[in-house]
Amino acid sequence: MAATYCLGRAFTALAALLLLSFGSFAASQIEDQAEQFFRSGHTNNWAVLVCTSRFWFNYRHVANTLSVYRSVKRLGIPDRNVESKIDNDMACNPRNPKPATVFSHKNMELDVYGDDVEVDYRSYEVTVENFLRVLTGRIPPSTPRSKCLLSDDRSSILIYMTGHGGNGFLKFQDSEEITNIELADAFEQMWQKRRYNELLFIIDTCQGASMYERFYSPNIMALASSQVGEDSLSHQPDPAIGVHLMDRYTFYVLEFLEEINPASQTNMNDLFQVCPKSLCVSTPGHRTDLFQRDPKNVLITDFFGSIRKVEITTETISLQQHSEMESSFKDDQMDEELMEPLKYAEQLPVAQMIHQKPKPKDWHPPGGFILGLWALIIMVFFKTYGIKHMKFIF
Amino acid sequence: MAAALPLALVVLLLLGPGGPALAEPPRDSLREELVITPLPSGDVAATFQFRTRWDSELQREGVSHYRLFPKALGQLISKYSLRELHLSFTQGFWRTRYWGPPFLQAPSGAELWVWFQDTVTDVDKSWKELSNVLSGIFCASLNFIDSTNTVTPTASFKPLGVANDTDHYFLRYAVLPREVVCTENLTPWKKLLPCSSKAGLSVLLKADRLFHTSYHSQAVHIRPVCRNARCTSISWELRQTLSVVFDAFVTGQGKKDWSLFRMFSRTLTEPCPLASESRVYVDITNYSQDNETLEVNPPPTTTYQDVILGTRRTYAVYDLLDTALINNSRNLNLQLKWKKPPENGYIHYQPAQDRLQPHLLEMLIQLPANSVTKVSIQFERALLKWTEYTPDPNHGFYVSPSVLSALVPSLVAAKPVDWEGSPLFNTLFPVSDGSSYFVRLYTEPLLVNLPTPDFSMPYNVICLTCTVVAVCYGSFYNLLTRTFHIEEPSKGGLAKRLANLIRRARGVPPL
Repeated sequence: MAATYCLGRAFTALAALLLLSFGSFAASQIEDQAEQFFRSGHTNNWAVLVCTSRFWFNYRHVANTLSVYRSVKRLGIPDRNVESKIDNDMACNPRNPKPATVFSHKNMELDVYGDDVEVDYRSYEVTVENFLRVLTGRIPPSTPRSKCLLSDDRSSILIYMTGHGGNGFLKFQDSEEITNIELADAFEQMWQKRRYNELLFIIDTCQGASMYERFYSPNIMALASSQVGEDSLSHQPDPAIGVHLMDRYTFYVLEFLEEINPASQTNMNDLFQVCPKSLCVSTPGHRTDLFQRDPKNVLITDFFGSIRKVEITTETISLQQHSEMESSFKDDQMDEELMEPLKYAEQLPVAQMIHQKPKPKDWHPPGGFILGLWALIIMVFFKTYGIKHMKFIF
Repeated sequence: MAAALPLALVVLLLLGPGGPALAEPPRDSLREELVITPLPSGDVAATFQFRTRWDSELQREGVSHYRLFPKALGQLISKYSLRELHLSFTQGFWRTRYWGPPFLQAPSGAELWVWFQDTVTDVDKSWKELSNVLSGIFCASLNFIDSTNTVTPTASFKPLGVANDTDHYFLRYAVLPREVVCTENLTPWKKLLPCSSKAGLSVLLKADRLFHTSYHSQAVHIRPVCRNARCTSISWELRQTLSVVFDAFVTGQGKKDWSLFRMFSRTLTEPCPLASESRVYVDITNYSQDNETLEVNPPPTTTYQDVILGTRRTYAVYDLLDTALINNSRNLNLQLKWKKPPENGYIHYQPAQDRLQPHLLEMLIQLPANSVTKVSIQFERALLKWTEYTPDPNHGFYVSPSVLSALVPSLVAAKPVDWEGSPLFNTLFPVSDGSSYFVRLYTEPLLVNLPTPDFSMPYNVICLTCTVVAVCYGSFYNLLTRTFHIEEPSKGGLAKRLANLIRRARGVPPL
């Protein structure tokens, strides 16, 4: 009796245990579902990297942009999804002691230019108008695909800008500026046209926080290297190259990103802490009020990495050797159409050139002024001498 | 039924030979070459050429299968109805005076010239769209090409490929001299190659070495060529060339030994598996093995002679497809060494010290035949102290003439006979053998105009200063320090009394 009672108790305990485990399992499933709801849900990644400075002494801005380009490529975003706007006259500048290289660290440790770089907008094409056109998609119809931002409403876009800036504006190539209001309006246009799902905006200039003050579109997270009234400082000069190689904020961001791999789970909160005042001298700022998700749930690779569609297949394809030579006779015989032999043109036919006449220009009918003048002359003639003279003409 | 059978047979016969030929894609082939030319100034020029030839007529057949010929360019040809396209990116200038004539020169910056087919109706519109597309492919600012920098040459730039008629209306030419060439232009250029930069000669294309040069030029040439000797049909040829000149002092640190590793920081390991020819040519025209001035290592097995740019040139050929070449060492690192440096001589220079000793420059040089050798020295003119000037400094100062002592080969050998007794001047310079004679020549003295000061200036300054001091300062000094007081006239002294005495004696009134 006691045994059955114990057994019964054991049974109920077991049942209770099972029920508890089921309950917790169900709860964790619901938690997972809730977790899924807070994941990004983007299907492709884009990056727009802008360096707004020209001239050799702004080497560090180009190095900033190239180091972000390098990280973004390393973490998986393909070249066709990266729009880079760089005045690229640093690497092959005659003043560069090591041509075709751009270094980020003194002692030339890390070459951020590399061997496989593609810059979409170079030199004089880096203008405010081109930048806004790329963002909003209002590009002329003959623009090649590599120069367009073909994002959709499931895209996560990273926008990185660096250069010289002030309170409320950013200087482009020493000749024009973009204001924070224009930038905010461009992002609103992007939102209205459903050109992004989430947007991360990073800016490394003096008084960078002023550039994100005016944003009002949803799903934008912004980081800046300094607050209003503060200057962003450069990191260190290299005695061989002779200029400062990188800005402090981007230098520490690059150090942080070098430790990220495509599978890492680091989140945005770590990026916010990447450069404390002791290292950066300026106070980096960030703005997350427009962003729906909590930054601690946002992975770095959501913006810096890329979603890749991978299809695993088990069928095998065998590569064949190309069969050559035998078909050449068949081709010759099959081709009946061109009967007369073709010939190469003479490169400098002196006799022909001397005797050629310049091409007559296309005849255009006389314009309005000439017509009007002749009409006036004829009218005056007939008025003076009388209309009866017309019968001698016709 | 009986008629249907032969009809069916005829139909089958017609279809028979057509079947397998249609299923086969057009043939294409790749030939890659590298020509290494040692230049007279001690530099070395390397020219790569990759020729992809495609036996297809893109206009007629709707092509969708691309093998070696890059799809990006094939689609360009069919979409814009191109007949020829020539695009080049160059950094630097080919110095013909020091390097000799170039194989293929290109202007600094970007140059694009295109021949369209005569089926194109709006050539300017196609030209604008084509330059936009090319700017995307090559990461260059070719989209800045518009009517302000495009011309239609009327006499030159005839088509380089097969052409039966040449109406210059279908030609457009533009140059962007401001275009910078860097790695981002090289990267898409390399991607057009069938083996990219993984195998064959293209492994040598490393950007950090290729841009550390005095001259860098890369080009893409697309043109139709004759497919066979009778030239009844055309093939498309894509020729990608890259020329670089490595500077002896910048890249080579002054040493004139070159090897593939020093130039490109890579060696050749295998030919491109897709290439039908893969060769390296080294220009050994001026330097043959007997003369022993230039040594090429490993020694070439074959040589090739041809008339290039009007002169006969000899090339040492290394065929990468020849397995014996690479088998021994697993890689091919060509080395060029100058055994004897081209100029051997002696130089002694003693710089001047002010007011102590003059410059002394002695040089022993070997003058090549039929040539002009110029020796020039830069000097600065210093100001002398004013006491060191001669009384006639405007005449100028003389620099002593230079001395040239030369051993000149004789036309007629002289016999050394009885030196002391011979008349004339033969006995002044003793010679050991009669094959050459010694002569000493002098140049003109040099008259140098030194800046001469105006020697009358010290006198002028003294006069002026003294005048100013006397007039201004003197007046103020007198006004401030002089006082005036009335003076009683004196009654007269002894002289006056004596004079009065004499006047009374004469009858004249007294003083």
